[in-house]
Parts: sequence; structure tokens; C-alpha cells
Amino acid sequence: MSDTARSQGAGQPPMLEVRDVARYFDVSRPLLQRLLAREGKRTLRAVDGISFAIPRGTTLSLVGESGCGKSTVARLAVGLYGTTRGEVVFDGNDLSSARADAAQRRRMQMIFQDPYASLNPRWRVLDIVAEPLRAFGLLPDRAAREKRVGELLTQVGLSPADGQKFPHEFSGGQRQRISIARALSSNPEFLVCDEPTSALDVSVQAQILNLMKDLQRRMGLTYLFISHNLAVVRQVSDRIGVMYLGRLVELAPSETLFEAPRHPYTRALMEAIPDLDMTGRERIPVGGEVPSPISPPSGCAFNPRCPLANDRCRRERPGMTRAGATLVACHAVEEGRDRQ
Amino acid sequence: MNNLSAKAAAPLLEVRNLRVEFPTRRGTLTALDDVSFSIRAGEVLGVVGESGAGKSMTGAAIIGLLEPPGRIARGEILLDGQRIDNLPREKMRRIRGKQIGAIFQDPLTTLNPLYTVGRQLQETILTHLPMTPAQARARAIHWLEEVGIPGAAQRIDSYPHEFSGGMRQRVVIALALCAEPRLVVADEPTTALDVSIQAQIIALLKRLTREHGTAVMLVTHDMGVIAETADRVAVMYAGRLAEIGPVREVVKAPRHPYSAGLMASIPPLDRKVEHLAQIDGAMPRLSAIPRGCAYYPRCPHVFERCRVERPDLIDAGTTRAACWLHDPASEKQVPFSGTGSTVHV
Ligand SMILES: Nc1ncnc2c1ncn2[C@@H]1O[C@H](COP(=O)(O)OP(=O)(O)OP(=O)(O)O)[C@@H](O)[C@H]1O
Ligand SMILES: Nc1ncnc2c1ncn2[C@@H]1O[C@H](COP(=O)(O)OP(=O)(O)OP(=O)(O)O)[C@@H](O)[C@H]1O
Ligand code: SF4
Ligand code: SF4
Ligand SMILES: [Mg+2]
Ligand SMILES: [Mg+2]
Repeated sequence: MSDTARSQGAGQPPMLEVRDVARYFDVSRPLLQRLLAREGKRTLRAVDGISFAIPRGTTLSLVGESGCGKSTVARLAVGLYGTTRGEVVFDGNDLSSARADAAQRRRMQMIFQDPYASLNPRWRVLDIVAEPLRAFGLLPDRAAREKRVGELLTQVGLSPADGQKFPHEFSGGQRQRISIARALSSNPEFLVCDEPTSALDVSVQAQILNLMKDLQRRMGLTYLFISHNLAVVRQVSDRIGVMYLGRLVELAPSETLFEAPRHPYTRALMEAIPDLDMTGRERIPVGGEVPSPISPPSGCAFNPRCPLANDRCRRERPGMTRAGATLVACHAVEEGRDRQ
Repeated sequence: MNNLSAKAAAPLLEVRNLRVEFPTRRGTLTALDDVSFSIRAGEVLGVVGESGAGKSMTGAAIIGLLEPPGRIARGEILLDGQRIDNLPREKMRRIRGKQIGAIFQDPLTTLNPLYTVGRQLQETILTHLPMTPAQARARAIHWLEEVGIPGAAQRIDSYPHEFSGGMRQRVVIALALCAEPRLVVADEPTTALDVSIQAQIIALLKRLTREHGTAVMLVTHDMGVIAETADRVAVMYAGRLAEIGPVREVVKAPRHPYSAGLMASIPPLDRKVEHLAQIDGAMPRLSAIPRGCAYYPRCPHVFERCRVERPDLIDAGTTRAACWLHDPASEKQVPFSGTGSTVHV
């Protein structure tokens, strides 16, 4: 992040603030089946009480196991899901309030995890990319709109002529680039990127990440970034939040997290990164069963897999405590028995 | 693979001079051109390359699911010595699933949103294996556990939309493997997965190759996964093979300038850099592939011959690369470096 972006941010509210947000899903079977099997309602706690803020012009990344709730947080952050509890505040306004309407929404965009499901198959690429422009009444002039779309397509490594084609005529990575072009079209200030480069080869990925960084430097964009690729996360993040089973377990400046991970889960995650050097090192997957979010373990949700777990961990859920620049939810860290 | 008999070492899959065309209103596009490679039983061939280069198209041609109007215009595909590219639709359908398992890049096209994941697995198992429905259900739970779905027995009756992106991807993997095929065509199987589940899936694929001699064509952008899993790697660019060879050579000492540019773009894990290395420019569109080498507009080593003549795969030390730098008859030769004939960018 550039210093100008930082100084612009001084004294202003964060771009996004998430306060003790939870989102539950009802995953009960149909009533009749439930009665036959004599089972109750089942609630899945996809996100269960998380808080963070993203200052303007900075990037916060979320990492964590598949199913831990990252995409749900992404959808909550742009108001696509309502909260079960807590509030999402965008530039000082509660997203669920009436005031946060079109004017707010046009300042935020989302790149979805699934580039297939999120592109309308019957629309030409030109119309897909221009959709936010039309929805918000920007660039009403057709020729100007087409010119803008052409520029956007070129920026993501496609060509203006691709605007005439339909999504099925493109490869997976090309479709992902179309959804990136669409998200950028209305010049949003806040962009939620859910696995934006996962379908791209490393060279196109580098182009897109360089473009995103460049936009941030020039226009002070704010990003909420989600990726399983920790090398990518390291390149783009100012701060990183590590999620486990619907909660944040560690929140730290990017370099601090990589140099000195504190939470036992974060450390296990770092151990599991694939090895490019072909040393033959066996990767150490995080041991134990991934718990189910329908019936999470008591106390610390990580306790069945944690080498440092003790009785307190099985009984009492750890709160966030500060350890240097890091916020971490772990009894062992709090008690100082993580470094023995 | 050292203990396999000579017979088993014969290729299980052979792709010869494959050419795929798309007739369109604006003329015929050549999506794949003269692609040849083979995979032995028990071997993993990694396939990498530029987004849009034709990796998924190659997989689709092998499993007989090219999307019309796309069609195989030339070449042949053999499974165990038998041609499978010209089989009647019904016969091919039976080979798919039983002999060839396919993991598609897009999990949503494979899963039917109207049926529970359990039902979809159970049906696939019953189609291909002699089992009772109860056995098939137990087997389905077993496969969901194998791919790391937590609480598999509880969640088997869920619908696809109730799963996260990565969980759906794992269901697709389970679907492809549950009939125990001999060849698995896996298109970005681990892209949506976290590193831990990814490690588990890779361990599973490796176990299948080791214990059952399953052959795997693994398409992925993740070089870490390639480095860990593949025996050999093919690099694709603009519908052709740019390079093919042993994994260590292709990743650590690439001979083709595009492979070299690709490997140089891998983001570092151990530090943050201001600007990531990238290959400037974009791959040519299918309708505008230049006459000579398709990579020449972006290639730092381009010379006269590259603009007029198209290179085929040429022996380049331990790999084969489609690049004139490796032709002894060329006026320009590889800029040699410490690591043999490695090309530097
Ligand atoms: N609409 C829904 N109905 C029921 N359950 C849901 C719904 N959406 C998500 N879930 C569940 O909520 C949990 C979190 O899902 P989410 O998509 O946020 O995970 P994620 O962290 O993005 O995972 P991935 O890395 O696989 O994309 C999962 O257990 C998922 O099954
Ligand atoms: N139905 C179609 N009509 C015309 N062209 C198509 C069609 N489907 C794919 N293509 C083109 O064929 C080329 C190869 O596509 P393919 O999906 O095989 O790429 P890929 O290597 O798998 O890329 P990615 O890594 O992005 O998934 C692309 O340039 C794409 O635009
Ligand atoms: S609170 Fe206990 S179980 Fe949880 S991560 Fe810390 S040491 Fe492990
Ligand atoms: S043939 Fe020429 S242009 Fe093509 S990769 Fe080799 S040196 Fe570069
Ligand atoms: Mg997700
Ligand atoms: Mg593909």
C-alpha cells in the first residue's frame, strides 16, 4: 500500500467494519422426513461471531480450510447475505439499514469464486462486463460504454473483439478474467475478491495481481481478498485473517503472520503448503478430522486436532487476545505455553 | 513404477497428432493442433500452460465430450491400444465412468442440483459395480470420507448448493473415482481446495496410481501440485505442446522460452515482492495465431526463422521442446547457462 493511500485514510472510518457478525443456515431435512427419523432442526453456523476492519486503501485477506466460512463472509461484506447477528458497516453506514442502497452498492463489487455460475450464459461478454455500468446509470452513451469495455478486456489480457462472444466460448481462466473485468467496470472503491486467480495460469495470475496492486496504488482501492494460495496471499495482503470453523483464530499484519505464526492452526496451515523444490518432503496435512459446522466441538473448535489442547481448551472457548501486533484466539498463547 | 512388467509399461493412453476444430461463422478455428503424448499405467502426466491454451479441450477430446460444434478433425486417441475417438456415443458412455473417470474444471456442470450428493454417488456406483443399494450407499460414504468431507454420514443427503465450493469439488472427485477407473482425467481437481485437503487428495491420487496402476492426466495451474504429483509434465501454448519431459527438468530447467517465462512467474512464498515477474502481452487469439512460432510476439529470444517456420517438438536434452533454439540447423543457438541448455528469461 502506498503512503498517499494511507494518509488519505487517516481520520476516516475504515472502508469496511464487521462487528461480531454471524450467519447461520437451516440445514434441517424436510419436516416429514425429520418427524419419521425423530430428529430436530439442524443449524449450520457458517460464520459465528467475527470482527475485523479494513482501512481504506489496504488489503485484508482471509485464509482457512475449505468450508470455514470465507465465501459467506464475502457475501455478508457486500450485503448479498443478511446477518443472523452483528453488523456490517460500510464507510460508516450499516449495510442492513435503508440508507445503504444503490449509492453504497455501486461503490462495491465482488468477484465470485465460481466464474461459471456467475456469468449469464445468454449474454454477450460486452453486456456482461457493462452490466454494472448500466445498472448504476454510468456511461449512458453506448459508444463510450463499448470503449470502456474494450479497455477493461485488454487490461485483463483479452481483446476488445472478445466482447462479441458468449461465455461458453471461453476457457475457465478466460471466464475468470471476464468476471474481473466486470467487477472493475464501475470503478468500485471496495472490491471483494473470492479466489480471483484460482483458474489462471501463474503468468496471467501475475498480470492480474500486478494490475490489482497498481489500481490500489493509483486509486486507493480497498480489497477483501480470499485465496487458498498462501504465496499469492503474501504478495497482496497488508493484513491476514485466519479462519477456522466460522471464526477468526488469528489476525495479524501479513509479514508477521508468515514470519511468526502464533495460532496452532495457522502453524499447521503453513506446514501443509506444497513444496516446489521437489525435496521429496512429505507434506504434513493438518491432522485429525475436520469437524462439522453443524456440531462443532466444545470449547476451542480446534481442540480435537491441536497438539497443545488441554482440559481448559475442551471446556472454554478462547477469546481474542493481543500478542504484539497479532490478535490470536488461543489459550496456549495467552498462557505462554505455546513456545515451550 | 520400476517394478511394472513390460506389458504394463506400454502406454495406457496414447494421443496421436490430435487436431480439434471449431467451425464458426467467422471461419474455422483450430483449438488443438498436432498434439501427441502418452501416459503409462501408474503414471501421472501433469498438463500446464496458458489459460486458454487447450488443456481442458484435450481432456474433453479424450473422454469424448467435446462441446459441439467442436470436433476431432485429425489424429487418433487410443486406450490400451484400442481407438476410442471414433466409438459410437453409447459405447463411449460406458467407457467413461468405468474405464475413464473425469473430474471437470467446473463442479457445477457435473453435479445435478436437484439430487442429493449421496444419490448421485450411489447411482454412479450402481451403474458400474455389482452392488446392492445399501452397499452402494456405504461405498458412497466411504468415498466422501476418502476425499475429506467432514461428517460424511451426516451430510450425504445434502444437496450440492448446501456445500461450499471446495466441498462440491471433492464430491466431483469422489464421483470420478468411485467406479475405480483405469485412467483419470482430472481438470483442476484441487484448485478450489485448501492446502490441507489438497494434500489429502494428492495422496489419494498417488495411492491409486501406486496400488491400482491408475494413470492420471492432471491439468492444473498449481506448480506445487505438479512438482509433488507428476512424473512428467506437458506445457501447452496456443493449442500445441510447447514442451514435454520429466517433471524436475521442465519445472527447474525448462528448455522452451514460454515454459521458462511461466516458471519465472510463480509467486514466491518466502518473501513479498513489489512487482511479480510476468510475461508481457497475451496469448494470440485462436483466429490470429501467427504463421511461425505462436510464441514469437512475446519471446525474448525470437530470431528470423521463428517468424516464418513453425517448430515441432525437438529433442532438447532430457525434454522435448517446440523451439528453433534447439535445432542444430538454426542460425541461433540456446543461450547456454550453468544448468545445461536451460533457457533463461
Ligand atoms: N446456502 C447455504 N445453505 C446451507 N449451508 C451453506 C450455504 N452456504 C454455505 N453453507 C455452508 O457454510 C459453510 C461455509 O461455507 P463457505 O462457502 O463460506 O466456505 P468457504 O470457506 O468459502 O469454503 P471454500 O474454500 O470451499 O470455498 C460450509 O459448511 C457450507 O456447507
Ligand atoms: N465452444 C467454443 N467455441 C469456440 N472456442 C472455444 C469454445 N470452447 C473453448 N474455446 C476456445 O478454445 C481454447 C481452449 O480452451 P480450453 O478450455 O481448452 O483452455 P484451457 O487450456 O483449459 O484454459 P484454462 O486454463 O483457462 O481452463 C480457448 O481459447 C477457448 O477460447
Ligand atoms: S485454545 Fe487450546 S485447543 Fe485451541 S488452539 Fe489453543 S491450545 Fe489448541
Ligand atoms: S521458436 Fe523462436 S520465438 Fe518460438 S520460442 Fe523458440 S526462440 Fe522463441
Ligand atoms: Mg468459498
Ligand atoms: Mg481449462
